[in-house]
Amino acid sequence: MSDEANKGLLSPLRRKLLMGMAAVPAITMLPRASFAQAPATSAVNTTGLAVTDTEVTVGILHSATGTMAISETGSIEAEKLAIEQINAMGGVLGRKIKFIQEDGASDWPTFAEKAKKLLVNDKVAAIMGCWTSASRKAVLPVMEQYNGMLYYPTFYEGLEQSKNVIYTGQEATQQILAGLNWIAKEKGAKSFFFIGSDYIWPRTSNKIARKHVENVLKGKVVGEEYYPLGNTQFNSVINKIKLTKPDVIFTDVVGGSNVAFYKQLKAAGIDLSKQALLTISVTEDEIDGIGGENIAGAYACMKYFQSLDNPNNKAFVPAFKKMWGEKTVIGDVTQAAYLGPWLWKLTVEKAGSFDIDKIAAASPGIEFKGAPEGYVRIHENHHLWSKTRVGRAKLDGQFELIYETADLVEPDPFPKGYQ
Amino acid sequence: MVINLRFFNRSELMGFIVLAAVLFVILPLSLDVFRLNLVAKYLTYAFVALGLVLCWGYGGILSLGQGVFFGLGGYCMAMFLKLEASSVENTKIQSTPGIPDFMDWNQITSLPLFWQPFHSLTFTILAIILVPGIFALIIGTAMFKRRVGGTYFAIITQAVAAILTILIVGQQGYTGGINGMTDLRTLKGWDIRPDHAKVILYFVEVVLLFACIGIAQFIRLTKLGRILVAMREQEDRVRFSGYSVANFKIFAFCMAAVFAAIGGAMFALNVGFMSPSFVGIVPSIEMVIYTAVGGRMSIFGAIWGAILVNFAKTSLSESFPQLWLFGLGALFIAVVLAFPNGLSGLWADYVQPRIDRLFTSRKSKSAWKDNSVADGAPAE
Repeated sequence: MSDEANKGLLSPLRRKLLMGMAAVPAITMLPRASFAQAPATSAVNTTGLAVTDTEVTVGILHSATGTMAISETGSIEAEKLAIEQINAMGGVLGRKIKFIQEDGASDWPTFAEKAKKLLVNDKVAAIMGCWTSASRKAVLPVMEQYNGMLYYPTFYEGLEQSKNVIYTGQEATQQILAGLNWIAKEKGAKSFFFIGSDYIWPRTSNKIARKHVENVLKGKVVGEEYYPLGNTQFNSVINKIKLTKPDVIFTDVVGGSNVAFYKQLKAAGIDLSKQALLTISVTEDEIDGIGGENIAGAYACMKYFQSLDNPNNKAFVPAFKKMWGEKTVIGDVTQAAYLGPWLWKLTVEKAGSFDIDKIAAASPGIEFKGAPEGYVRIHENHHLWSKTRVGRAKLDGQFELIYETADLVEPDPFPKGYQ
Repeated sequence: MVINLRFFNRSELMGFIVLAAVLFVILPLSLDVFRLNLVAKYLTYAFVALGLVLCWGYGGILSLGQGVFFGLGGYCMAMFLKLEASSVENTKIQSTPGIPDFMDWNQITSLPLFWQPFHSLTFTILAIILVPGIFALIIGTAMFKRRVGGTYFAIITQAVAAILTILIVGQQGYTGGINGMTDLRTLKGWDIRPDHAKVILYFVEVVLLFACIGIAQFIRLTKLGRILVAMREQEDRVRFSGYSVANFKIFAFCMAAVFAAIGGAMFALNVGFMSPSFVGIVPSIEMVIYTAVGGRMSIFGAIWGAILVNFAKTSLSESFPQLWLFGLGALFIAVVLAFPNGLSGLWADYVQPRIDRLFTSRKSKSAWKDNSVADGAPAE
């Protein structure tokens, strides 16, 4: 026995086991806790997921290659950080999280194929993944058919709700309405010009924004224009802006198009410190490409900025930079992706099981007090209650917090009166 | 057997038997349903590759727009499936129940006219063949009658692919835009999603593929096939001999389009959705690459090319999520540099002679040697 123990000291795993044994007397003083620490696999996993006595496997499914890689890399990094932190705290139900990363390659069918592979072959207990709405739409039927659980980080258009998805980003009304209210009140804005990329998220967001401007704020929309993804010519719309002189330019242009858009705005002599511009699609990640000097003064409306001043965020930002480098920036979606593994851990522990049905049922009401954005809670509809914030872009590429809602905003993926 | 021997020469017969054994017996027995469904997805590209062998390998017409026909076939099928999935009951959460979900998101309140006929399966099946066929006929007539060929034709097909993608993405209320048509569920009430349905769909697809192989082989063996080859080698001589070169080219192009469309329709059934990412320039070029890797002169080579390249894509991306694209690129460069005739050239140069030696007591046939010298392959 002592011989065994001596040999064991050489390997870290054995050492951990020994430490565990040393801890046994301490734990026995709290008999309930010792059971809760590592319940039997057969009890916590009745549906054949990849759960062993020491490990549980989850999937990470984002684009590591292709046009979306630049946006999704932050999410991958945040999820890995969260998993590492959870493991350092002892894992989930006494099991370390192991992850399998798959590449969606910015290609929607590939996302569906990989999601299926993760669920059917790897039997992962949860998937952290997807970014664009298109990839989520492709993956959703797979999640529902094979009964998986997806933690989806991006702010998105709403009009969706599934037992098999937890939406950790904001849906459109959550993100947009508070921002519009604020700018209408603060700037006395009455006329709005909408510019978006041409796909479902900007179109739905602008539809909601238009209804709100017309019906609630009693203002008017003086223009609404869409450009294909990747478009780099915005001169005609900039001329229209000059002609119509809107109080607010409201934009949901995504990805690389942003770089051209803000540079051309500046070149056309539109000064963002005088002309109010409210964007719902530019985070710190995008500013990296746009350049702080081209966008300084613009307002962005979302739930998280890297510059947020709260204890959680003060711990999160250095931890993220320590793991992924000083130069990395953290945008709204990156933070939302970080919530995924944590919310899953909290839900599994509340449900006392890895079973998808039990997690889906236990999700509503889960609170995460350690969120970098502050406090979040899962709603009945599997979206998050969260605050909405408005920030102003600064020269150094960071946002300065200008306004935040007093209370958490209720997620409402099927908003009445906005459809 | 006698007919078979005439229909296929010995090496083709071997190729036929091997492919049939692998697709009908070995793969279904050795793979789980998930992997089998992936093979079904790869095979949808084999249809395209088969069309490219006829049109590019034999006819010498390089089309960089096969994604267009793959997409048209796929979208026709997807429209039918989407309508069936959008019953009033399934879509009661929408502001207008009974229309596809993406129309509802785009504030369309009634089903557009051109969607109406896709309630009928018969119409859909006809449309899968006729829409791409007629479209290819129009493009082909416009191009070949004016003697546009070679590089210019390739560029124009590529432009068509770009145009169709922009059209689909732009008209998202009618087409589903960049998201495509997702969540396809049933075919005439038969659920296409469970495992047993996947297995049945796989076999249906393999049978269809062999039917198409039969058609392609038949075309090859007729006078038509020989004229195609003659046209590829010396277009003017064929023209001076009194043949209407344009008509033969149009025919080959239309056949390739119809094969691609059948592949597209099977894709929608097997994968359960369709999106513009299969229509554009990149997928169209990928389709040419499969064919080149497999060997554009060989029906079986091209099919293996489509299967193996896609298999490599899946397995490389599973093992090396961040590096796999480089690996795939290197593979293409290596194959094209070292074996210009693709895998089938490799087979013909190295494997076939040994097999022949086994079968005949005579010395290895000089024909194979000649081939390998002509291809510039290194000596053994």
